[in-house]
This record gives sequence, C-alpha cells and structure tokens, in this order.
Amino acid sequence: MFGKLTLSAIPYTNPIIMGAVAFMVVCVLAVLGAITYLGKWKYLWTEWLTSVDHKKIGIMYLILAAIMLLRGFADAIMMRAQQALAYGSNMGYLPPGHFDQVFSAHGTIMIFFMAMPFIIGLMNCILPLQLGARDVAFPLMNNLSFWLTAAGAVLVNISLAVGNFSHAGWLGFAPLSELHYSPGVGVDYWIWALQISGIGTTLTGVNFIATILKMRAPGMTLMRMPVFVWASLCANILIVAAFPLLTVTLALLTMDRYLGMHFFTNSLGGDPMMYINLIWIWGHPEVYILMLPLFGVYSEIVPTFSGKRLFGYASMVYATMAIALLSLIVWLHHFFTMGNGADVNTFFGITTMIIAVPTGVKIFNWLLTMYRGRVRFETPMLWTIGFLITFTIGGMSGVLLAEPPADFVLHNSLFLVAHFHNVIIGGVVFGVFAGISYWAPKIFGFRLNERLGRAAFWCWFIGFYVAFMPLYALGLMGATRRMDHYDVAAWHPLFIIAAVGAVIIFAGVILQVAQVVVSIREREQTRDLTGDPWNGRTLEWSIPSPAPAYNFARIPVVRERDAFWDMKQRGVDLKSSTFVPIHMPRNKAAGFIVAGCAFVVAFAMIWHIWWLAIVGLAGVIGTLIRHAFDDDRDYHLGADEVRRVEGLHGRVQARSV
Amino acid sequence: MSNDPILVQGGNLALRRDYADHAADALRDLRRSGDAVDFEVEHHHDVAATIQLGFWIYLMSDCLLFSGLFATYALLSSHTAGGPAGSQLFDLPNVLIETMFLLFSSFTCGLATLAMNADRRNATVGWLAVTFLLGLGFISIEVREFAHLVAIGAGPDRSAFLSSFFTLVATHGLHVTCGLIFMAVMMAAVLKKGLTPTNRARLVNLSLFWHFLDIIWVGVFSLVYLFGVAH
Repeated sequence: MFGKLTLSAIPYTNPIIMGAVAFMVVCVLAVLGAITYLGKWKYLWTEWLTSVDHKKIGIMYLILAAIMLLRGFADAIMMRAQQALAYGSNMGYLPPGHFDQVFSAHGTIMIFFMAMPFIIGLMNCILPLQLGARDVAFPLMNNLSFWLTAAGAVLVNISLAVGNFSHAGWLGFAPLSELHYSPGVGVDYWIWALQISGIGTTLTGVNFIATILKMRAPGMTLMRMPVFVWASLCANILIVAAFPLLTVTLALLTMDRYLGMHFFTNSLGGDPMMYINLIWIWGHPEVYILMLPLFGVYSEIVPTFSGKRLFGYASMVYATMAIALLSLIVWLHHFFTMGNGADVNTFFGITTMIIAVPTGVKIFNWLLTMYRGRVRFETPMLWTIGFLITFTIGGMSGVLLAEPPADFVLHNSLFLVAHFHNVIIGGVVFGVFAGISYWAPKIFGFRLNERLGRAAFWCWFIGFYVAFMPLYALGLMGATRRMDHYDVAAWHPLFIIAAVGAVIIFAGVILQVAQVVVSIREREQTRDLTGDPWNGRTLEWSIPSPAPAYNFARIPVVRERDAFWDMKQRGVDLKSSTFVPIHMPRNKAAGFIVAGCAFVVAFAMIWHIWWLAIVGLAGVIGTLIRHAFDDDRDYHLGADEVRRVEGLHGRVQARSV
Repeated sequence: MSNDPILVQGGNLALRRDYADHAADALRDLRRSGDAVDFEVEHHHDVAATIQLGFWIYLMSDCLLFSGLFATYALLSSHTAGGPAGSQLFDLPNVLIETMFLLFSSFTCGLATLAMNADRRNATVGWLAVTFLLGLGFISIEVREFAHLVAIGAGPDRSAFLSSFFTLVATHGLHVTCGLIFMAVMMAAVLKKGLTPTNRARLVNLSLFWHFLDIIWVGVFSLVYLFGVAH
C-alpha cells in the first residue's frame, strides 16, 4: 500500500536531524498558524498562490530563494564546523554518511533552489517593466513554473524528515548514484526534485524568450533593450538549450534505477563516463544561466549610480552573446582527468580560456562607465564593487584551472571549491543582493534600510575572503573536497580560519534578516513616492512604485537606449488625461494544482507507491484538459479603475486639448 | 470607449470589437504626443503569433531532448554486452509498415489543417479522426514489437544497447501518445465550440507537434533501424 514507506523512514534516533526537523516543523506551523489567526487564507489563495501577475510571482520566487538560502547556509555552517573539528583523533560531530548528505544538499539547494529562484524572481519582477510590457507572454505558465520549482524545493526539505537525501554530490555522479551503490531513497529524492523543478525552469525559458522577442514596447529595437534584458535573453536561450539535457540525463538515471537498465552502470555495457559528459553538457551552461542575468544587473546599476550611460553598450551585448555561445563548448574542463587525450583536453582548455576575453571586456566596460562619473556609493553600488574585485580574482583562478596540466594537480581539490565559490558568491550572490537592494523600491514600494545593508555587505565581503582564501591554500597543499576527516597538522589552522570566515558571513546573513524586518517596519519613512528613487535610466522607473497590476497605464514609445532617461531629457510628462480599459489575465488555480499533482507523482515514485503515482499523473493530465476547456481567462480592467489607481500616484492630468 | 469590449470566445485571443476605434484614437494620440500608445494597438494582433513562437521554442527544446537520446544511442548501440545486436532483432518490413502509418498520419493531419483553413468543421474533425486512428495503429505496432523483444529475452535490461534502443523509441512513442491525447481533446473542443480562434491556434500547434514527431521518427528509422540492420 505505501511502497517502501514505513515509520522507520523517519530518523528518530539522530538528534541533529530531528532537531532540524523540529525547527522546520515549528516554523511551518507558526506560519500556518499566523495565516489562520489573521484570517488571510482566502486572500493568500486568490491574490498570491493563484496569481498570474509576474510581479507577485517574482516576489514568491524571491521568498522561496531567501528561505532556501538560509537552509543551504545552515548546511555550509555544518560543514565548516565539521572540518574545523575533525582533525586527528577528533572525528567531529557528523558521521561520514551524514556529512555526505549535507554537502550534497548544500550544492543542490544553493544552485537549484537559491540561485535559480533568485535570478528568475528578479527577471519576473523587472523584465516586463523594462520592456514596457503589461505581462509576460504566458502568465499562467509562469505561475506553473514557480510552483514546479517550489514543489522541488519542498521535496528536498521533506527528505530531511522522511528518509534521507542523496549522498552522491550535487550532480549525482554515476555509478555512485546507481542502485548498486545507492540503494536508498536519497538519490531518488534528488532526481525527482531536480526533474520537476527543471521542467519548471524550461517553461520559464520558453516564456521569457517569447516575452522578450514579442512584447517589447513600440520603438524598442533589439539594440535599444536594456542590458539586463539582453543578458536575460541569453540566459533563457541557454535554459532552453541546456535544460532538456538535464531532463534526459536524469531520466536515463531513473531508467537505470527503476527499470534495471544499463546506461551508466558498470555492467552489461553501461558507460558511467557518458553520465559525466551528459550532466556537464547541461551543467556548464547552467553556470552561465546563473551568471549572465547578474552581469545584466550590474550593467543597470553601474550607469545609474555613475550618472552616465553605459560605456560600450554594443560590446556588452556582443560579449554576452559570446559568453553564451562559448558556455556550450567548454563542459569537458570539468573532467580533464578522465582520460580524454591531450588533443581533446587542449581544445576544451583553449575554449575555456577564451571566455576570459569577453568577460574582461565587460569588466572594463563597467570600470570605464564609472570613470569620471559621479559615483554614489549606495548599497547596490557597494555590492557591485565587491563583485568587480571578487569576481576578477575568481575568474583568474578559473583561468589557472583551465590549464589541463595544472588541473591534473588541482582537480577535485579545495582550490576548485575556492574558485567556484569565488565566482558564484562574488558574482551571483553579490549580484542578487545588489539587484534586490536596487529594485526593492520598485518591487515592494519602499527602500531597504541603508545602514543594515552596508553592514551586511561588509560582513559578506570580508567573511568571504576569510572563509575562502584559506581554501585556495589548502587546495595547493593537497586537501581534497568533501572530506569529513583529515590527519594533516598543517591544514588544521586554515580550516579553523575558514570556519571563522563562515561565522562572519553568518553575521552578514543575520544582518540581512534584520534589514528586511526593519525595512518593513519603517516602510512609511522610506516609501518611494516618485517611482524613480535613484534617478534611473530604464522604463521600470517611469511608472509608480510598486508597479500597478497593469504596469503601464499607457504603453511608452521608445526612441533611444535608456528610454526613461531620454524621456526625462525631453521633458515628457508622465501624467495622462485619457485612459482606456486594459486587458488582463485572470488568476487561475490550474498551475498550483498541476504542480501539486506533480509533487504527488514525485513523492510516490520515490517511495515506490505506484498507485499514488498513477493518481497523481491522472491529476496532472486531467487538470490540463479541464483547463483547455476553460474560456474564462481574462477580463478588462475598466478605464475608471485605471484612472483611480493612477490618481493615487498623482499621475492624472485634467483633459487638455 | 463607452461600449463594452466584446470578447470573441476564448482566452488569450480576445479580440476587441471596438478595436478599430481605439486604434484610430491611439494613433492620433501617438502622432500628437509620440510618447505612449494604448495596449491594443501594438499587441492584440501579436497574441496568436506569440503563442506560436512559444510553441516553436518548446519544440526546439524537445528536439534537444531527442538529440541527447540520439547521441546516447549512437554511443551505446555497439555495447551489446554479449546480447543480441540490432541486426538480429529488427524486422524491417514490420518497421516499414509502422513508418507508413505515421507518414500517412502526417498527410491526413495536413488535410485536417487544410479543412480548418477552409472553415469546414466536420471535415476537420473527420481528418483528425483518421489521423488519430493511424497514430493509434503506429503505437500498437510499436507496443507489439516491444512485447516481442521482451518475450525473447531482449528487454531493456539485457544490455546498454537495448536500454538506449528502448528508451529512444519509447520516448518517441510517449510523445505520440501525448499527441493522441491532445488530438482527442481537440476533436472534442472543435465539436463543442467550433473553429474558434483559440481552437485554430491550438490546431496549428497540434499539427506542428505531429509533423515534428514525424521528423523525429525519420531520424529513428534511419539511425536505429536502417543502420542497425546494415551493421
């Protein structure tokens, strides 16, 4: 009846896990209790959970990502603590099996459920506004994408309480992830969480490409698009190009594990090396799917806070395209040591090093934008400068690793771990924080607290160097990644320093939580009444903050790059006298229900509850068909309502002419 | 502006009866101020095109999914691990019949599209029904082939070659099955509501999907069956 699922799947005996589970349950119950107490269930359901408004979906993505950042960070602290302790006769507090789950969960969560939701959240919040559009191309599919991602995140967290998580690393390398070596449900949790959220991400890619190509305001030619839009376009093209390969790879591993096939096994002709190739053919573009949109964010922040137009717009666009293209032909540098032969390694070493060229172009463009500008050092700009320094260092260690002979020494060492945290924290995480502090007035309607934001930045910035520079040294000293214990005396102090660094970053995280709380409490003082708090350049700043449901009462006509800056130069009046009814999509429950059924399918498959999987699948198909016959999908927001909302922001003008 | 917008049946394809008035209004505005326009002028006619572009992008992602499976098959097709090879298993005449079912179904799917363009609702449904039956025939031949292979001990767990063979061909078969469900839904929708703009757009997507599966099958037929027998 319940497949492999029995009460013994809950790890009662492990105090660390049960403590975490208890904390999680208390948090969830507190939130559910608060919603019930405040009587907000109906509001939550009709206004948020079923919303097809890209701005609300964006905010839900940001909340999901922030929660998962805390979860992933808890894993990081646990690893740093273990490695600071587990030297010599001290075995630390985590047994190897548990430690392996912690690093697997950390990587999986940080990439799929922290970084991805953050960037897709930012795209949702901002992209349509920069395009001068009223929504994305497929609003309901956008809602579905979010809930598929959320379903994956919930699966990862449930694995903590029911069963266990994968111990095979964030990419589940075969043959370790095969049934023979990983008979438990851990790898299955990993597979289904990624499979579901990956499909959601593919749909997002389709959605945003169509949005960018088809829904730009009149006059916004491709070469007039803001750089964030360009960067997002490239990232979404990469999503559509790469995520199907993740789907395939996971599906083949599923076939091996569930139907006894032999794609990646050691027996009957299976080829584990093919797994490594396939997963990295998706995995390397994924790195740039994360990075490119943040390059776009920096390209918005630097001109705004320098009071100048972006230096080298066209070169920025071409550099972004070049990186997107090159990212598809470098995957093999992740396993130079596999024995591909010198010629193959050389090819991939060179393509990898070439990526440094367009990236360098970008760095110089940002620097030259700042050069002789009036630079305002507000929080978004601090994160940006922190990025410029940190990312450049991380990029250079990447070029070192791109050298196959050097890689033979450094492969799977802590040098590599230091490198990719150097670019992902220094590039992606700093970029996300920069973007959120920059666009917070537009997204939430008020600025985030400046003092706490600065303090958080310095903790992150300093903490990063203290935590990860020792790892470069450790890597050169021969320390490999994913060790739960070591015996080398010389390593011990460096691991302790790294743990101190993690504590400093932790202080930054606490300051950010405090920043959110304080900012919400003081929102009346920091409310953005102008819609343009930073003297911005692009169209999102031309409308009130937070953006009304319909975004633009009238669709702007674009005549220049930096369209809003151009409007300000020409003295265009943002007030309007005439309003027309606006065509709006209706909120629908279908996305939530389909994702919920997909979640049921995944959970049932993990625990081999076949009947429940069939029920869930029938739910997915049935809901889709039902939705196909639903014609009540849109409505018109009356002109009077538009006039009323615009009036609240002082944007109505008495009819002239 | 006073008359309520009258929606032509169906979701995103809402067309405004009073569109022309608004368009004229907005264009006059545009000429006067040049700073903003109304939504309908620029965007309403793009909705169908946007849906179709989205579907094309999805098809390309699906194509990449198949590319992964084809590459896997190309690599593993020689990994027979002492088990049977393709040349011992494949029954070309049978596969040819199977292929003909699918090719003809593409032809009849095209006829359904022509009937739709000629506004002939019953003919549209009729040709879709023929397409459906041909697709069903294709699937049953495939299932029979699979059952036969499993029965003689050449199932997907026998060798890496057979794993990749079954997975590639069955993934195509799964797509065809989804196409059949899509088709059944569309037949019901057209019978119930007629050739509305929404149904037309979906029928175009359905035919794109169906022809796409045909092209994939040409790849499967050539790479898997023809090469398999030749080697």
